[in-house]
Amino acid sequence: MFWFEVLRIWNNEDGDLGKVFKATLSAEVYRIYSTQGTEPIVLFKEGAVRGLEALLAEPQQKIESVISEEEVIRWTKIFMILRHPILLFITEKHETYFAYVQTVHSHTLSKYTLVLGEEKALIQSFTASMDRKLISLITLCSDGSVYEALIPTHPSDPEKTQRVVRSLLLKGIVSGNARNGAAVATLDQDHVAVLGPAPEASKECLSIWNTKFQTLQTSKELPQGTSGQLWYYGEILFMLHGKFLTVIPYKCEVSSLAGALGKLKHNQDQGTQAVTRFVSWETSQECFQNSEQSKRILRRRKSEMSIQPEAPASKQLLSSIKKDSEKHIEVELRKFLATKRTPGCHAVIGDIVTGLLGRSKAEPLFYPRNCLAQLIQTCALSYSLCPGLMEVALEKKDVQILQLCLQHFPDIPESATCACLKLFLSISDSSLKEADVHMESVSASSDGAPEERMEQQPGAVENGSSPAEADCAAAANGRPPGTREESASSPVLPKRAALLNAVLHSAYSETFLVPHLKDIPAQHVTLFLRYLYFLYLKCNENATMTLPGIHPPTLNQIMDWICLLLDANFTVVVMIPEAKRLLLSLYKFVKSQISICSELNKIEISFRELQKLNQEKNNRGLYSIEVLELF
Amino acid sequence: MLAAEGGMGEFKVHRVRFFNYVPSGIRCVAYNNQSNRLAVSRTDGTVEIYNLSANYFQEKFFPGNESRSTEALCWAKEQRLFSAGLNGEIIEYDLQTLSIKYAMDAFGGPIWSMAASPSGSQLLVGCEDGSVKLFQITPDKIQFERNFDRQKNRILSLSWHPSGTHIAAGSIDYISVFDVKSGSVTHKMHVDRQYMGVSKRKCIIWGVAFLSDGTVVSVDSAGKVQFWDSATGTLVKSHLVANADVQSIAISDQEDSLVVGTAEGTVFHFQLVSVTSNSIEKQWVRTKPFQHHTHDVRTVAHSPTALISGGTDTHLVIRPLMEKVEVKNYDAALRKITFPHRRLISCSKKKQLLLFQFAHHLELWQLGSTVATGRNGDTLPLSKNADHLLHLKAKGPENIICSCISPCGSWMAYSTASRFFLYRLKYERGNISLQRVSKMPAFLHSALQILFSEDSTKLFVASNQGSLHIIRLLDGSFKHLHTFPSLSGTVESMCLLAVSPDGNWLAASGTSAGVHVYSIKLLKLHCTVPAYNFPVTALAIAPNTNNLVIAHSDQQVFEYSIPDKQYTEWSRALQKQGFHHLWLQRDTPITHISFHPKRPMHILLHDAYMFCIIDKSLPLPNDKTLLYNPIPPTNESDVIRRRTAHAFKISKLYKPLLFMDLLDERTLVAVERPLDDIIAQLPPPIKKKKFGT
Repeated sequence: MFWFEVLRIWNNEDGDLGKVFKATLSAEVYRIYSTQGTEPIVLFKEGAVRGLEALLAEPQQKIESVISEEEVIRWTKIFMILRHPILLFITEKHETYFAYVQTVHSHTLSKYTLVLGEEKALIQSFTASMDRKLISLITLCSDGSVYEALIPTHPSDPEKTQRVVRSLLLKGIVSGNARNGAAVATLDQDHVAVLGPAPEASKECLSIWNTKFQTLQTSKELPQGTSGQLWYYGEILFMLHGKFLTVIPYKCEVSSLAGALGKLKHNQDQGTQAVTRFVSWETSQECFQNSEQSKRILRRRKSEMSIQPEAPASKQLLSSIKKDSEKHIEVELRKFLATKRTPGCHAVIGDIVTGLLGRSKAEPLFYPRNCLAQLIQTCALSYSLCPGLMEVALEKKDVQILQLCLQHFPDIPESATCACLKLFLSISDSSLKEADVHMESVSASSDGAPEERMEQQPGAVENGSSPAEADCAAAANGRPPGTREESASSPVLPKRAALLNAVLHSAYSETFLVPHLKDIPAQHVTLFLRYLYFLYLKCNENATMTLPGIHPPTLNQIMDWICLLLDANFTVVVMIPEAKRLLLSLYKFVKSQISICSELNKIEISFRELQKLNQEKNNRGLYSIEVLELF
Repeated sequence: MLAAEGGMGEFKVHRVRFFNYVPSGIRCVAYNNQSNRLAVSRTDGTVEIYNLSANYFQEKFFPGNESRSTEALCWAKEQRLFSAGLNGEIIEYDLQTLSIKYAMDAFGGPIWSMAASPSGSQLLVGCEDGSVKLFQITPDKIQFERNFDRQKNRILSLSWHPSGTHIAAGSIDYISVFDVKSGSVTHKMHVDRQYMGVSKRKCIIWGVAFLSDGTVVSVDSAGKVQFWDSATGTLVKSHLVANADVQSIAISDQEDSLVVGTAEGTVFHFQLVSVTSNSIEKQWVRTKPFQHHTHDVRTVAHSPTALISGGTDTHLVIRPLMEKVEVKNYDAALRKITFPHRRLISCSKKKQLLLFQFAHHLELWQLGSTVATGRNGDTLPLSKNADHLLHLKAKGPENIICSCISPCGSWMAYSTASRFFLYRLKYERGNISLQRVSKMPAFLHSALQILFSEDSTKLFVASNQGSLHIIRLLDGSFKHLHTFPSLSGTVESMCLLAVSPDGNWLAASGTSAGVHVYSIKLLKLHCTVPAYNFPVTALAIAPNTNNLVIAHSDQQVFEYSIPDKQYTEWSRALQKQGFHHLWLQRDTPITHISFHPKRPMHILLHDAYMFCIIDKSLPLPNDKTLLYNPIPPTNESDVIRRRTAHAFKISKLYKPLLFMDLLDERTLVAVERPLDDIIAQLPPPIKKKKFGT
């Protein structure tokens, strides 16, 4: 404990504050660090570092100044490498940041300049973690984005000031005008916790982000405000919330994309099929972690579309993509795919797709659909490896590629899923007929409808009572509830049905999907609802509540989507006359479910009463005289 | 002659199910490791002591009182037992005289919790007004020492740190950690009110446990079991175990296992287990759920080898932990104790009356009759139904300890903790009149056991001072004949009495082993039956032979000849041969023994699940013979029948059996109390939905 220049030392066991060892130093101290098993370290405001014992031996020793005059220490952190402490401190001088790494035992100091890039945003919060050779310095800037800079612990040339380039990890996750400042803390290699106001709402909240998959894991609102201080220690987050110190235990789950996305695709069925449809995240994670190179590729691809051939096997293919004809590329691709899969092939395939897409962007006539379809079917691709692919396919209205993407990508964002849904619902029949769509999810029995009946029911309301209401009234009069209108024919063409089924199968998280569903035009919502309702009725036709065909949508998926659609568009749907009948039948369906449940409860109670009666019968009353013969 | 010997004969059995007895719910259990005894308190204030070493026998009890409810129960050093309750008093029990030593007001309003310090020399109570009070336990009393920092809300649970330096106190919405030295709060840990996403109004900390490493484990009304670090005041781990309140927690002495009970009737076992095999890091893991209760589990205890739980459904459940039980014998089986191990029913054979004892009233019933006859298993048409003659409400808030009706049916006596009542019953043309015998002598203020002599001329009263009083009953009045003082300075109370039908001998047994036989003619101690390790559960003296039959809690039965002052030949033979293993494995004690007036070789005895007639003339069963054989021999020859016949004739027809006796040679009375009838009178359990909404 000290007062800038006076060092006071108390004995741990002796509580008497009067008993103190004092030493006056020759320079002002910034902080003292103590880590278990090593001597405490003193960092001076001028950047010099001393061991405490050496300092106490000679308190008035000369302390050199390490940092230049107007530099101020902003943030520090101590790490241990093989029992040796390493001190990292960040200084600022005229909005330029410098990082110093001081290895205490070898007295080596290396200086780095943090290159901020184009955006001149002030750094609001620092956090750092260490992985053997590299310190990952994560910074939260006033533009609301999180950046990462990698600083080597053992510099190649300690004498020279080196430059460290930082890369964007997460963009715009807190709003820029944080009143009390925002804070960031690394939880593990893939997770960061960010404290601060959310970009849209002004409320302050704590959010935990997965940096690998760029997903929000969880967030908690802090209505009483925070003060921009956040610590993470031993799986517990500490932060100030109003007047309190709030403590939240948080353990990062091993990050898998499926976990990051929330809802699993095919959560219960299709044993073997489901397995093959997943990208193996074990292997893909490995290649992310093991090769620094592929990591860099990933980052770079986010900003620009340049390709650097990495794997020699695919070199030729990548170069041919740039200039050769579609046919030639296809031949090369087939050759490439025929070779053995290496662990890093995910990245290579990603590169190939990005290459293809890059070229197709540059040359509007170049669209290698067959190649893309083949690549998607390798099951090595995912949305995050080639985000442009679905964009291009949506642009070109290529339902075939989209269906393949929906079937094979485990990580499609909700916005993309919804864009696909919109396209599938709006695409004209004629263009649909040309498309080559996988039909396995649509059963033969349901493709009976040759014509779609989109414009059914002109929506005339006569005397304030629509036909649907009349139908309801009829049902109330004792007729079995509406079986008339829900005929056995599908409201959509089989091909459209197949496409919609692909959407039904896709993974999603409700909270992210519902806002996008609101953008679908009303008549498409109605059509989709009708289709879902039709599927539901089909489900009810057999005892197992399943649809025929290979890999059909499950009952749960159908019900979930009905709920989602209604959640998102209820106010709209309720106003559309042609949807009224559908809503009424859904309403009746829910009502009947409730009555079934209540009947079941009644039956349960009746059974219990019967059981009671039965017991009473056995009891033969409270008193009897019986004959007993003992043998 | 041979045929008569082969069967036990035919009986008319009065099967009585109108004894409307409902045990009180269990509120607290406290386990004492030194004596291996378990104290159980019930919602009516009754405190029972079970001896877990003696086959879980309920060896002592303290009658309840309407004006006190026991909210907390604990053992302190030298096996002293304390309770505290909503009347604001701390009570110490005298385990020798079976009475309340003293009651002391803590002056903090209703007391919700109490805990004895690890050394057992201090007592801490948590009160309604938010105060935590520390008492010093002195050799004969307790003494208020000081208050800790007062809290806003009532203190519902308390736990000492094993070092005795800190305590944890559970209140509403938070847990406080106090420093014992200064009495100030060092940490306050707030509990999340959220319950299944819905914010409840309050979160009640029903129980806390303080571990040596500083971990505080709490259970609360939101269904959570939470682990806190008391040094930092932070939540370490939270387990949601129930949709309802978690009401109780207990931890083993080794702190490697803990048990919690929920309002849904489930008991969860948590164990400290290694995270991975051969790693030092350990973690609390929910290992086993047990559902032995239908209602709230209000209290749990953790003995070294078993989890003990009790609650509103009145069962005391002892669930041995298989991994802790060394010998896989019958001790490893689950025990469910529902009925008291003492008689609540007495019978007047002459008038065919049954006297039922309830907590606060007595009921007198006359049995019906039939003229019909029938074969085995027939239910006979009644010519007269059973008749409820009398409902006698006890005065005052105290529970009835014991009651008895004389064999002739004209006397009735009962006792509470402070008053003794004797009534004269008169029957005139179907009407019954009741007259209280007034001016009872001052020494007759409380009785542990009451017994009338066979001819109803004498009344024997075992008082809680260890003395036995003999009172001669005259028509409408009484006369004190004699008092046997407690033996050789001991103040041990006698709980069981038996008198010989000829009225010459009185046998009395205390809470610990040892039966004394007094001569009533000579008014002196005749002999003392050699002590046995297990407590006596029932006593009776046979007519003519004056053989004393004693049943012990380990299911052994002895026959001791009073005139000869030694065990009978048959008893020795029985001990030599040993009892059948199935006989020894029964888990309820024998609560009543009686004899056949015409067949001196027969002994009738029963426990809650069987009754047995022992025919001493038949060979004893060995472990190879079938002990319980319900199938009657049909067309077997007498030879085979005699070869398979053995002395123990067991019937499991009537159960749960609270009382059974012979009214005359051919008539039995059996009082059953079906469990379903008890359950029907309990409040409904928390309903779990099975179908939708």
